[in-house]
Formats: sequence, structure tokens, C-alpha cells
Amino acid sequence: MLQFVNTLLTGLGQGAVYAAFALALVLIWRATRVVNFAQGAMAAFTTYLALLVVESTGSWWVGLLTALAAGLVLGAGVERVVVRRVGPHNELGAVIVTLGLFVALQALAAILFGAQFRSFPAPAGLEGFALGSVTIALTPSMLITVGAVAVVLLGLVALFRFTDVGLRMRASAFDGEVARLLGVPVGRMLTLGWALAALVGSLAGVLIAGGSLVWPAYMDTVIVNGFVAAVLGGLDSPGGAVVGGLAMGVILALVTGYVGSDLVPLAALAVLVAVLLVRPQGLFARTAARRV
Amino acid sequence: MSPPATTAALRVTGLTAGYGPVTALDGVDVTAGPGRITAVLGANGAGKTTLLRTVSGLVPARSGSVHAGDVDLTGAAPERIARAGIAHVPEGRGVVTELTVEENLRLGALLGKARGRTDTAIDDVYAMFPPLAERRRRDAHTLSGGERQMLVIGRALACGPDVLLLDEPSLGLAPRVVSQIFELLRERVEGSRLAVLLVEQNARSALSVADLGVVLNLGRVVASAPAAELAADDALRHAYLGF
Repeated sequence: MLQFVNTLLTGLGQGAVYAAFALALVLIWRATRVVNFAQGAMAAFTTYLALLVVESTGSWWVGLLTALAAGLVLGAGVERVVVRRVGPHNELGAVIVTLGLFVALQALAAILFGAQFRSFPAPAGLEGFALGSVTIALTPSMLITVGAVAVVLLGLVALFRFTDVGLRMRASAFDGEVARLLGVPVGRMLTLGWALAALVGSLAGVLIAGGSLVWPAYMDTVIVNGFVAAVLGGLDSPGGAVVGGLAMGVILALVTGYVGSDLVPLAALAVLVAVLLVRPQGLFARTAARRV
Repeated sequence: MSPPATTAALRVTGLTAGYGPVTALDGVDVTAGPGRITAVLGANGAGKTTLLRTVSGLVPARSGSVHAGDVDLTGAAPERIARAGIAHVPEGRGVVTELTVEENLRLGALLGKARGRTDTAIDDVYAMFPPLAERRRRDAHTLSGGERQMLVIGRALACGPDVLLLDEPSLGLAPRVVSQIFELLRERVEGSRLAVLLVEQNARSALSVADLGVVLNLGRVVASAPAAELAADDALRHAYLGF
């Protein structure tokens, strides 16, 4: 019983990070119909910046804020400088461009920050809380991870639900032409969308690194699991991304705990294949997708 | 019917536009005056939709000019033209179906406010189209065809425009719904400063609501006259209007 609870807790903690990563993919997919394969490399890059700041200031939180700010700038820059040039209705072009960015950013990170393993401090303790005589797998660091993801999610929900700029962004993502006819500067909204998505991706990068090791390719497994989570929830659904992320965390933790950690990559792909076979639009996508 | 207005809210001069090798508009002159509905008629492919899309900046003009009042909008981006007071309701679409009815209207009212128009824009739309008020919290994809048309027209009006471009509002709607929407439009325009350019394939009902009519054929203006005159011209009706 205790093992099961601990497995679930570990899974949810990990799932919160997948949720953030999947959400970053979904935000960009909704706005520009591009799967951002460079998301992981962008997050790794901003996490290295955070690591530099943590090492020089000694504050994990200042490092996190640095990564988030760098994510905003990097996301906006990538949209303005690279993605915009591909043009609309060029899906293959967009895939190739983001794959190219992925390779380039990863190589650049290796050149600038070195290819060796470096340890990234944890935000807080990594010892599980004690309940009487048993220690559960819930740690202070995990609480911060889940809390940080929750804060960012609620912030995004509030932005999209209750603000004018959020409304304009949703309209731009849904139908750019109609939004322009209503006076919305769609180009600026797309830049903002990429910036916010990269912020969320950077959050996932720092959280996954906390108390662990970073190297230029450390995000690669997160990319796969986050992508599967996004497909599981439905690429069009931000809520689905969160549920899909948590589900992936729990599924993979169960596989690790009860089957064997060797099978985790296989399990992720098995989930992907199952989703694509049974419900290719994802769990939460609205029926009759709006692709034309 | 009423005589042509002297000051045009929208003045299109010698407009030429097209797609690749195709010339869809060939030197078109059209004006729309405040408080008037001007119908743009003609067969499929006459250039009616291209005219509206060129005015609102979605299709680039090859030559000619577009003025709103004294402001030259030739070659401006669609969002700038919208902010200058030209609201375009595109054909058969335009509802943001994943937003609620009220959020759709808020999108229009945001522009209206930016243009210094009233805060009551959304309530005005509800007063004009009561079915929308009943469904304000619903997702727009639950609306019927007629309600969707009310929503996109209402949203365009919430922008506080000087010029309203309507593309085939009757498309796919029952005749009763069409005449209901046209009557409401007529009431809204009467005595206001709003100029409406109404593109319609359904010439008979368009002429019944319009003050003036312009007939396009193969991208050129072949007739321009008060609506009643056009409706009474048998030769013209048979040749271009199909009734």
C-alpha cells in the first residue's frame, strides 16, 4: 500500500513537469499550428542560464525567475526571427525549422556551457515527509514543483479567461483572418503566444533539473514524454495537456515501480501508439477538429 | 427612395485586384454613404467578394484607391483598416466558435472602445438581436445559422464602424430569417451615420432593403442606380440579376 501511494506521489510530481511541457507545446500548436520540436532545447538553454545565476547568487528562486524571463525573450525571438519566415500553411517547413533549431540550440548549449554533466541544486529538501513511523515520497522540492506549475497554470487560465489580451490571443489562434478584421494585431499576439509557451517550457526545464543533473541533451526524455502527454490530452486542449501530463507521470511511475525502469521509454511509446489507434484526436479535443 | 448621399463614408475609385493571372476586379468605382444601404449585385464570379476583401485589405489592390471619409486606406493592413472604422463580415464564417457569444461580442466592443465609441456596445447588440442575449454564456458553436449571422453582424456593429461590409448574409438561411435580419439592419441604418455595403447573390431581397444598387459583371460596374430603378429595369434584371 505504501509503495503504491509513493509511486502515485512520485508520478504526480513528475507529471506536473510533463504537464507544463505539454502545455507549452499545446499553446504553440493552437496559435501557429506548429509542433515546436525545439521546445526541449530552448528549455535546456534557459536552464543553463538559470544554473549560472544560481551558482553566482546562490538563490534557486532568482535562477528560476531568470529562466522564465529568458524563456519569454527566447520564445518571442524564435517566433519573430525564425518561425514567421516559414509562413502559414507550410507545415513541413515548420517541422524542419523547429527540428533544425533543436539541433542548433543543443549544439550551442554544448559549446557555451560544456557537454559535461553538471548538478543543478534542488529548490528545497529532497527528504520525504515523515508521517509517524513511515516516510512518504512527498518531498518539499516536489511541493515546490507542483506549486510552481499550478501557479503558472492558474495564471494562464486567468490571462486567457479574464483579460482583453487573452481574448485577442484566443481569437488570433482560432482564426487569424477574422481577428485581423476585428482590429487585432495578430502578428504581435502570435509572438506573445510563443513567448508565453517558452516561459512554460523553461519552467519545466528548471523543475526537471532541480536536484538532478543537466547536460545539453537532458531534456530529451522530457520532450518525448511531454509530447505523448500533449497527444494524449489532445493537441488543441490546454486542459487536456495538464491531465495528459499528470497521467503520463503516473503511468510511467507505475511502470518504474512495478515493471522495471528499463521499460519506461517503451511504455511512453506504447501510450502514444494506443492513443493514436483508439482516439487520435486525444482525450479532450473537441470533436470535428477545425483543421481545414 | 432617398437620393444618394453627398459625402461618402467609403469611396472606392478605379479599384483593380485579382489572384495570380486572374483579374477579379477591373477598375471598380463604388461609394457608400452614411445612413444608406448600398447593394452590390451580380452573378457568381462577378467580383463582389473580391471587392469587399480588397477594401478591407485582405486582398492587395493592384491599382486604384480606397478612402474612408478623408483617410486614404489603400494598401493598409486589415487590422489598421478595421481600426479606421471599416467592419467586414466575411461570407459564411467569422464566428469564433470556441468563444462564447459574449466573448465574440467583447472582441468587437474592444475595437469599438479603442475607437472611442460607447461602453454599451454589447447591450446595444443584445437589444437589436434578443436571441443572442438569451445565449450570451453559450459557446458560439451551439448557435443556429441565423443566430450566427446575427452574432457576426452584431460583433461588427460593436466595433462602432462607420462602414459595414456584409458578404452574403443570406447564405444558407431560410427566407424568413433573411427578411428578419434585413429589417433589423434597415432599422439600425435608418437615421444613423452608418454606411452599409451589402454584397448579395439574392438580388431581389437585397434590392428590397437597399437604397442604392451597383451591379458587377466580370469585375466591372455595369449599372449603378437607386435600388428601385434597378429592380424595375427588366433587361438588366434578366441579364445580370436572375429574377
